[in-house]
Amino acid sequence: MELLITVIKIVAVMGVMLGCVAYVVLLERRLSAAIQNRIGPNRVGWQGLLQPIADVVKLIMKEDIVPTKANRFLHDLAPLISIGVAMTTFAIIPFGNRISLFGYDIKLQIADVNIGILYILALTSLGVYGLTLSGWSSNSKYPLLGCIRSSAQMISYELSMGVSIIGIIMMTESLKLDKIVEMQAGWHWNIILQPIGFITFLVASFAETNRLPFDLPEAEPELVAGFHTEYSGMKFGLFYLAEYSNMFVASALITTLYLGGWQVPFVHSLGLSDFWISIVQVFGFFVKIVLMVAFFIIIRWTIPRFRYDQLMNLGWKFMLPIAILNVLITGLVILLI
Amino acid sequence: MNFEVIFFLIVAASAIASAILMITQQNPIKGVLFLIVNFFCLALIYLILHAQFIAIIQILVYAGAIMVLFLFVIMLLNLGDETKLEDKLSYKKTIAYLLSGVVLLEILIGLGLPFGVNTMPTNPKALEIGTVEFIGKSLYTEYLLPFEITSILLLAAIVGVIVLAKKKFQ
Repeated sequence: MELLITVIKIVAVMGVMLGCVAYVVLLERRLSAAIQNRIGPNRVGWQGLLQPIADVVKLIMKEDIVPTKANRFLHDLAPLISIGVAMTTFAIIPFGNRISLFGYDIKLQIADVNIGILYILALTSLGVYGLTLSGWSSNSKYPLLGCIRSSAQMISYELSMGVSIIGIIMMTESLKLDKIVEMQAGWHWNIILQPIGFITFLVASFAETNRLPFDLPEAEPELVAGFHTEYSGMKFGLFYLAEYSNMFVASALITTLYLGGWQVPFVHSLGLSDFWISIVQVFGFFVKIVLMVAFFIIIRWTIPRFRYDQLMNLGWKFMLPIAILNVLITGLVILLI
Repeated sequence: MNFEVIFFLIVAASAIASAILMITQQNPIKGVLFLIVNFFCLALIYLILHAQFIAIIQILVYAGAIMVLFLFVIMLLNLGDETKLEDKLSYKKTIAYLLSGVVLLEILIGLGLPFGVNTMPTNPKALEIGTVEFIGKSLYTEYLLPFEITSILLLAAIVGVIVLAKKKFQ
């Protein structure tokens, strides 16, 4: 029975996530249009709500083109690595408290592992393979430039990402994500307790997801489309999906670590039954993620792209020292209190 | 046979297979990829032994950081066919075969194969030893001195690398 519940949880989370990611693409297009004073896609379905389905059908129907001198095997493998890494990260993110359904007490988290956050860091560090291999296997100039940039960028920012989480781990005294969420009950959100860590983590996750202002691996004005220039059809679609899944997972992670996770303040004072409290909390988590995704999109149209040396200087000479300073301050405060 | 043994056999077999494939590949990039597969198999074996922390560090550090650098260097050097790099000296090869034979013999004796298979019992405390909390505590109390010495060594290495790199660019 345990196994069946886990399988149901995996299928449900994957389904919801894929659906959400498809609509994040639509949200991005509509929001960008609104920011640029355009209308955006609104023809397919009411207000363009069926646009994601049309996009996917189009991508599947397209021809798959592989450059003549490309390494066929690696060219096929790279998008699979990207999407695989993006999808498996969600496995340990708790999306709600316990819920009792049909007499079973179900924990709303797929896997509760002892190593917690380290699992997420390990997976993000693997994400770089998808980009690197795609750039190299295409055997073409611009993808190679994109892949070289991506490797350097992701390795540099992984470090400050890891260090900025240490503050939270010190406060929670656990690596488990459900413990971290439990700590943030009420208004004890880590964004208030760890403001420096929040900022460094946020910037690092922009860099890890290759979103503007850090989208140097695919910078369209300089590198055509960067690492995925030589991809077409559904293989390009997988990279596209991976980018938006990464953004979705990064938002979920920021919410879990800094914005209280599934905690909704004052929900216990509404006088609801336990079942409905759990439902409200899952919904609250979802709303927080969507707001975070919208923040990612708005930033895209607000801040211009960094130059490559600026990116490296920011990562190594500014972000990392600040993140380490945050660890020191947190340690000092914990010692004094 | 219980589930754990079957799982171990599958993982161990793929670890050996990927290790053999790694050294027989003509293309160095594919060799790197099989080494990564090998690291994953090792991480799974650590997980079977309840060493969660070591398992995740294996992936985080080796597969996630060091192998990226390997891949990076090989891509930038753009090594062609490996056959060009083949060693012409035959005495080197002979010594290599001899040495690997000796190592194999050592492993076999270590496992106690000539005297029947030696199944080592798992440490009953394995479950608590493998956790992050336990490793952290013992690193900062019992093994503090070796830990600090290692970190000073690493710091010295980092400084050394920077000095060397700077000299080249000036």
